[in-house]
Amino acid sequence: MRIIVCLKPVPEPRQWHRLMLDPETRTLLREGIPATVNPLDKHALEAALRLREGMGGEIIILSMAPRDTIPVLKEALAMGADRAVLLSDRAFAGSDTLGTAYVLSQAVRSLGEYDVILCGNETIDGGTAQVSAQVAEFLEVPNLMHVSGIEAAREGPFQVKTRIERGYRAIEIDPPMVLSVVKEVNVPRYVTMMNILEAEDKEIRVWSSNDLDLTEPIVGLENSPTRMADLFLPEKRRKAQLLEQDAEGQARVLADRLHRLGFC
Amino acid sequence: MSRIMETIESRIWVFVEHRQGRLVEVGLELIKKALDLRGPTGWKVAAVLLGHGISSLVEETLRYGVDEVLAADDPLLEEFCNQAYVRTLAEAAGKRRPEVLLLGATALGVDLAPRLAARLRTGLSAHCIDLELTDSGELLAVVPGWGGSVMARISCPGTRPQMATVKPGVFEMPRPGSPVGRTIHLKPVLDAKDIAYRVTAVYREEVRQSGLDTADVVVSGGWGVGTAENWGLIRELASILGGAVGATRPPVDEGWADEHQMIGTSGRTVKPKLYIGVALSGHMHHLVGIKTPELMVGINKDPKAPIFDHCDLGLVGDFKEIVPALIKAVKEISGR
Repeated sequence: MRIIVCLKPVPEPRQWHRLMLDPETRTLLREGIPATVNPLDKHALEAALRLREGMGGEIIILSMAPRDTIPVLKEALAMGADRAVLLSDRAFAGSDTLGTAYVLSQAVRSLGEYDVILCGNETIDGGTAQVSAQVAEFLEVPNLMHVSGIEAAREGPFQVKTRIERGYRAIEIDPPMVLSVVKEVNVPRYVTMMNILEAEDKEIRVWSSNDLDLTEPIVGLENSPTRMADLFLPEKRRKAQLLEQDAEGQARVLADRLHRLGFC
Repeated sequence: MSRIMETIESRIWVFVEHRQGRLVEVGLELIKKALDLRGPTGWKVAAVLLGHGISSLVEETLRYGVDEVLAADDPLLEEFCNQAYVRTLAEAAGKRRPEVLLLGATALGVDLAPRLAARLRTGLSAHCIDLELTDSGELLAVVPGWGGSVMARISCPGTRPQMATVKPGVFEMPRPGSPVGRTIHLKPVLDAKDIAYRVTAVYREEVRQSGLDTADVVVSGGWGVGTAENWGLIRELASILGGAVGATRPPVDEGWADEHQMIGTSGRTVKPKLYIGVALSGHMHHLVGIKTPELMVGINKDPKAPIFDHCDLGLVGDFKEIVPALIKAVKEISGR
C-alpha cells in the first residue's frame, strides 16, 4: 500500500499569545515562534502507520512550506514515515487554499501511483479545512471529510466512519482516495530517542516549482482567487470591573445585579 | 434574449441543506442575510435545494422570501455524496453564473464547498462570522484565523462566484411568510460514476436539547473546573438561573461536558442576554461564539486572565468558593 500524508508545519499553538499584528503592513508577525506538526496531521500520520502495519507498504510525507521547517518533517519521519518531500519555492508563498491544493496535487502526480492520501481535517492556524478536499478535486478522486474510523481490507473497499452532526455515516470507498481525519480516529504514538536517531538517515527531498508541472495560473499570492483585504484583532469588547470582596461579598454583588436586571 | 435572461436570474445563491425532511436553520439564516445584503446591487436571491422527493421542502423554502428556488430532484442526490452534488451545482453555476454562493458551515456544507470552489476555480472563505456586500457587488467575508485571535476580511476580486461558508447561528432566523418566488427545476445529468462512495448506514443520536441556541442565560465552564464532580457546580448555577450549560474545548475532551455544548470556532454560536464564564481563561476561539450579551461576567482566580478584557463584571477568586456562594445568594434574593 502506498500512502501519502499531507502535513503542515504550524507555529506552536502554545505560543500564539506572542503573535503580533504589524500596524503598518497589516501582516502577522510570528517571529520567534517555533514550528511544529499541525496536531491533526499527527493523527493522519498515525492512521498511515497503522495501515502500513496491517498491509505493508510505504509512507511518504508531503508538505508545502519554507525550507526552515525541515526539523518538523524530521519529527514526522521519527514517528515512522519512510521519506518526505518538501515543496518549497518563493513562487508558492501566499497561495490560498486553491493554489496550495493545486501544488500538492501536482506533486502527488509526480510521485506516481498511490492508494490513500491522509490529511488532518483542518490546520490549527488557518483552519479553513479546505485544502484536502481540493487536492482530491484536482486529482479527480473521491474524498471523505471528518473521518473518525478507518478499516482497510486487502481486497475490496475501505470501511470508513465519518462524523456528522450528532452522529456518523458508515461508508464504503475504493482507493485511490483522500481521507481527512479528526482527532477521534486514533491516538498518535510518542516518538522515542531511538526513533529520532533512526530517522536521521531518512530522505527529505526538496522540490521547487521547476520540479512540478504547474500550468494553471492559480499559484502564489498574486494569482490566488482570494485576497486578504484586511486583517484585524478582534476588539476587546469590554473591560471588566473587578470585584475585590471575599467570595460571599462578590457573590452578593453579582446576585444583586442579576436580580435588578431580572435574571433571578 | 440572453440579456433579458441575465437581468432576471438570481445573482446571489444560498445553498439550503435539509436533514431528515427538515430545512436546516443556517440555510434560512443565510437567505435572510442575503436579502438584507443585496441593497444597492438589487440582485435577486435564489435558494438552491438538492435531494430526492423535495417538493414540499421547496414550497417551504419559498415562504422565506427568496425570488427563486433552484431545485435538483434526483434519486442520485438522495444521500449526500460530494462529487454528485459538486457536479450538479457546478453545472448550474456554469450556466447561470451567480455572483455570490453562500453555504452553511455544517458537516455537509464544509465537505461540499471546497470541492465545488476548486471545480469552479474560484475563491472560498471558510467559517465566516460576518458578511458584507459592497455597492459594486464585492463580497467581503470576515473569517476568524488562529483560533479566533485574528480576524481577516477576505475578498475574491477576479473570479465568480464569490463563495463563503458561514457558521450556524451567526445571523438571525427569518419568519416564514407568503411565498413570492418561483421554482426552477435544475435537471442534473448524473450517472453512477458520480456516486464515488457508498453510504451503508447513517447514525444520528436523538436530538438532545441543550437549549443553548435559544437560552437567555449561558453558564460556561473551562479547563479550570478541574473535575467532573466540580462540573456539577456549573450545572447547578446554570439551572438556578434557568440557563443552559456551555463549555470550552477541554471539558468536552475530558468528558465533563458533551460535544454539543461546546461554544466557539469549532462549536456553536450562542446569543444569550447573560453570559457567565467560569474557570476559563477567555481565549478568542471560545469567545467568538458568544454574540454580544447584555451582561458578560467572568469568574477566574487570575485577575490578569484574558476573559476579564471581555466582561462587564469580573469575580476574582476560587470558583469553588464563589459559585456556591453565588448559588446561595441567588436563592436568597429570588426568595427560593
